[in-house]
Amino acid sequence: MSTLRERARIAVANDELQVALERATDRFATQKVAGASTVANYEELREAARWVRAGVLARLPDVLGELADKLESRGVHVHWASDGADANAYILDVAQQCGAKVVVKSKSMASEEIHLNDTLGAAGIEAVETDLGEWIIQLARETPSHIILPAIHKTRKDIAAVLNQVAGGDLSDVPAELCAFARQQLRAKFMQAEVGISGVNFGVAETGSVVIITNEGNGRLVTSVPRTHIAVMGMERVLQTWEQFELMLALLPRAATGQQITTYVNALSGPRRPGEVDGPDEMHLVILDNGRSDILGTEFQEILHCIRCGACLNVCPVYRQIGGHGYGAVYSGPVGAVLTPLLSAAEEAGELQNASTLCGACWQACPVKIPLQDLLLGLRRKKAEEATSFSGERLAWQAWGTAWSKPGAYRATTGVAGAAAKVVPESWVPVRWREGRMAPRPRGTSFRHWMGGEGSGT
Amino acid sequence: MTAKRTRVALLPTCVVDTVAPQVGIATVRVLRRLGMDVRVPEAATCCGQPAWNAGFAADAAKVARHTLRALADAPADVVCVPAGSCATMIKVFWPELFHVVGDETSRRTAEALAPKVREFSELVGDAGGHYEHTVAYHHSCHMLRELGLRESPERALASLDGCTTADWPGADRCCGFGGLFSVKQPEISVAMADDKVDGIEASGAGVLVGCDQSCLMHLEGRLRKRGSTLPVRHLAEVLDEAQS
Repeated sequence: MSTLRERARIAVANDELQVALERATDRFATQKVAGASTVANYEELREAARWVRAGVLARLPDVLGELADKLESRGVHVHWASDGADANAYILDVAQQCGAKVVVKSKSMASEEIHLNDTLGAAGIEAVETDLGEWIIQLARETPSHIILPAIHKTRKDIAAVLNQVAGGDLSDVPAELCAFARQQLRAKFMQAEVGISGVNFGVAETGSVVIITNEGNGRLVTSVPRTHIAVMGMERVLQTWEQFELMLALLPRAATGQQITTYVNALSGPRRPGEVDGPDEMHLVILDNGRSDILGTEFQEILHCIRCGACLNVCPVYRQIGGHGYGAVYSGPVGAVLTPLLSAAEEAGELQNASTLCGACWQACPVKIPLQDLLLGLRRKKAEEATSFSGERLAWQAWGTAWSKPGAYRATTGVAGAAAKVVPESWVPVRWREGRMAPRPRGTSFRHWMGGEGSGT
Repeated sequence: MTAKRTRVALLPTCVVDTVAPQVGIATVRVLRRLGMDVRVPEAATCCGQPAWNAGFAADAAKVARHTLRALADAPADVVCVPAGSCATMIKVFWPELFHVVGDETSRRTAEALAPKVREFSELVGDAGGHYEHTVAYHHSCHMLRELGLRESPERALASLDGCTTADWPGADRCCGFGGLFSVKQPEISVAMADDKVDGIEASGAGVLVGCDQSCLMHLEGRLRKRGSTLPVRHLAEVLDEAQS
C-alpha cells in the first residue's frame, strides 16, 4: 500500500488531473452555492437536518426494525449483513439461485465498500455498472474518485479513449455520441441481466420503502427490468418519516450538484404485486453494518449522519490537489478521511487523518453540518494515544510541552532566531519546508527585546 | 476628566517570537496609537495549538495552561492576539482542550477569559491612514470560519486612503499551511500554496495581506521560491506603515 505522500506526489505532478479537478470542483462548488440560494432558509434546513439525523441514530435499531418489518410484510427478503464478506456471500447466493450470468448495477458506494464486483466476478458472474461514470471507470479498471461523480478525474478525451476500447476506435469525443454509445451498449445488458443491484439513498421506515435518487434512467431499469432486485444499504441510511425525507430531498441534490431536485426519485416498497405491470418478481434488501455499529455511541457518531452528497469533496482544498485516488480508499475527501480509519483496518487507513489542514470548508458545505474537522482532530488524538511511549513524535511533543511551559526555556528556544540572527539559518529549517519554500526572513530584532527597550512603556 | 485607557494584554504568538518580530512591534504601535495601554504578560508563551492539532492534547494542555494563567492574571480589559488561528485556539478550542484532558478548573478559567479575547483586526475599527497599494487579502480559515471575522480586516483596509482591495478567486480558500501539515504533507501543502499564489498574481495586487503570520510565512516562502518579490504584510504592518 502506497503512502499518502507518494500518492500526493503523483497527483500534483499530473497536469491533466489538475485541470480536471480544478474545473470540476469549481463547477460543483459554485453550483452548490447557487442551489442553496434557491431556498430562503437553507441554513435552517441544515440545522433541522442535523437534528433529524441525530434523532434517527439515537433510535436506530427501532427505525431499522420497522423498515425491515414493513418490507418483509410485502414479501421483501431482508438480510442483516454484519460485514462485507457476509453481504457478498448473501448477494452471490441470491444471484446463483437466479442462475445469473449477468448482473446490472446502479450506483452504490456500499457495494464499492465491500468490493462486491470482485466477489461476483470470481464466481463467473459479469457485474456491469450502468451509471455512466461508474461504467467508464469499470472499463478503465479504476475505482471511483468521487462519491457522486466517479469519473470526475477524467477529461472528455480520456473518456473517449476508454469507450473506444469497446467501440474499436470509432468514437469521437463528442459527449452526445459517447452517451448514445453507452446507452446502446447498456440497454442490451439490462435486457440480458437476471439480477439488478442498486444502492439506497434513504430507507423510510414508516412505510417500509427504499428511495433511490438519480439523474440517469439506469436506476429505474436496474430495479424493474431484471426479475430480481437486490438493494444494498448502509445501516445508517435510514429515516423515520416521509416528512424527514422531504427535508433531505431539499438538501441532497442542492448540496451535490446544485439541482433543486434530481431527474428521478424512486421509492420502492416491494416486488411486483399481482396485477401490476412493472417491477421485479423478487426483492431483497441487504442492510450493511461493516463496522458502523462500532461507531455508534462514540465521539465519531456524527459521521453516520452523512448523506453522501459529495459537497465536502468539492470544497476541500486537499481533494482539489490530490483527487479521490489520492486518498487510496473507496471513500475520499474529508468524509472519506474520517470514515476510512473508522471502517477499515489501520494499515488501509494509513494516515488519512492527516490529509486535511482542518480548514473547516467541509463543515461549512455539509448539508447536515457534520463537524468534519473536529472529527479529523479526534482521530489524530486517537492515533496519538495509540502511539507507543517511544514514538519520536510523542517524545518531541513531551520535550516541547516541558520547554514551552517555562518562560525562560520558551525565550531561549524562540529568541534565537530573532535576536541573534536576522536571517534564520537554512540548516535550522526542516528539509520538508525548504523543498518548496524559502525560510522565513524576520524583519527586525526580537520582539520581546524591543518591548524591553524601544517599545517599553505602555 | 480623561477616559480610562483600554488595558490590553498582548499575546504576541510563538510565530512572532520566533520569526516575525516586526508583526509584534507593528501591533503594539498601532494599538498604542489608538490610545490603548498595551503590555505583554512576561510569562505567556504559546497557545498550544501545534500540539493540539497534531493530536497531542496533554502536551498542548501543559503549554496552554501556563499561558492561560499568565493571561488570566494580567490586569487587562482585553486580550489581543495578532493571529486569527491562535485567537481561535484560545477562544474556541481551549475550553474543549481542557475538557478533553479532564482539567475542568482550567476549562472554567478559559471560558471566563474567552469573552475578553480579540483578534487584532477586531480592535482597530476604521483604522485610517494612507496606503497607496492594491492589496490581495487572504482570509485565513480559523478566523473566517470559526470566529466569523470577514468584515473587520476588510473594513480596516477600506479605511485607508489610496488602498484598493483586489477581488480574487480563492481568497478564502486554505493556503495549505495547516501547522505541521506543511511539513508532514509538503507536496500537498506546496500545491495548495501554488493555487493561492496563482490567484494572487493574476489579481494584479501589489501586496499580499493577512491576519495570520503563519499563513503569510508559508505563502511568502513559496512566493520567494518561485522568484516573486511581491511584498507580504500582516495587517498590523500595513496599518503601522499607513499611519507613519
